[in-house]
Amino acid sequence: MAKLDLIMFEEEYKLLQEIIGRLSKDASAKVVFLVDKNGQQIAAAGDVKSIDATSLASLTAGNVAATDGLAKLIGEKEFSLLFHEGEKDNLHISIVGKRGILVVIFDQNSSLALVRLRVKKASKELQEIFDQVEQRAQKESDTGGRFESPFSEITDEDIDRLFGD
Amino acid sequence: MTFINYASREINCKIVYYGPGLCGKTTNIQWIYEQANPEKKGKLVSLATETDRTLFFDFLPLDMGTVKGFKVRFHLYTVPGQVFYDASRKLILRGCDGIIFVADSQRARMEANIESIANLATNLKENGFDIRSIPYVLQLNKRDMPSAAPVTEMERLLRFRSEPMIEAVANQGTGVIETLKAAARQILMELQRT
Repeated sequence: MAKLDLIMFEEEYKLLQEIIGRLSKDASAKVVFLVDKNGQQIAAAGDVKSIDATSLASLTAGNVAATDGLAKLIGEKEFSLLFHEGEKDNLHISIVGKRGILVVIFDQNSSLALVRLRVKKASKELQEIFDQVEQRAQKESDTGGRFESPFSEITDEDIDRLFGD
Repeated sequence: MTFINYASREINCKIVYYGPGLCGKTTNIQWIYEQANPEKKGKLVSLATETDRTLFFDFLPLDMGTVKGFKVRFHLYTVPGQVFYDASRKLILRGCDGIIFVADSQRARMEANIESIANLATNLKENGFDIRSIPYVLQLNKRDMPSAAPVTEMERLLRFRSEPMIEAVANQGTGVIETLKAAARQILMELQRT
């Protein structure tokens, strides 16, 4: 089955966070989000509190997925960049590697050209980390062994407790 | 595809409500949204038409508490049930961890239920999943309808892998949480094995 869980360790997460933090400053952006193609937020930088990040992640992934479908319909592999221009704020969405989406929100303090330039550089760095995560997951899946999962001893009671029983 | 973040000690699971048009997928999610503790739930996002039919998806993030020191978060999605939205349905199944199939108990909708399960199998396959092994729950919704088919008949027609089968009246909340719990149980148990 084509099912590899995305498992992110502290050191990888820190690196990702560092890169998008830098991108947010360099591009004079308001907020930068790194989202997984399945709609889950991976990391964020900038004025994060101003936005409902969870909804943003899910809608971005939906948007990218729909655009992906459109690309395939007209015989393109993908559209690697989406840009939405608003009255005040703009949204720059780009694909990173196979599973990442980079979302940059910016206003008149920045420009599309600057954002594109900075995103390009950051994307390359982000991709390297995604590749590492992927390779590790692949290796663990191939060897059958995997680091010890914290969920190996989950019980029915644990699940009941989640539902407040 | 579960996302386990060791840095923030969070685990995110995606659960998709599937089923034929007007079977009550959105109603399930809305009921959960209305009942959930405000601290636990995020915003309910609905991409619907003007007549309140789901156009792309509904989305509800739920914080469930912790298991083994990890915050467990469910992302609930519905698909648009209407037949012609198939391309959208396929997209929403991407990276899902479990499926809740909402069947409409009304006799006249039995064919639509069967077709929708077949469609689910195809769309899962295209996303690299197998309907016979992915965490899966069958909900028999609208049990209060006068034209509801008997449970035994629905079981014979729709149940194919001894999956948990739950009777529900989603607009009154009957069976809604039980269904979600049955799906959660399978998904979290699956994490043990992977």
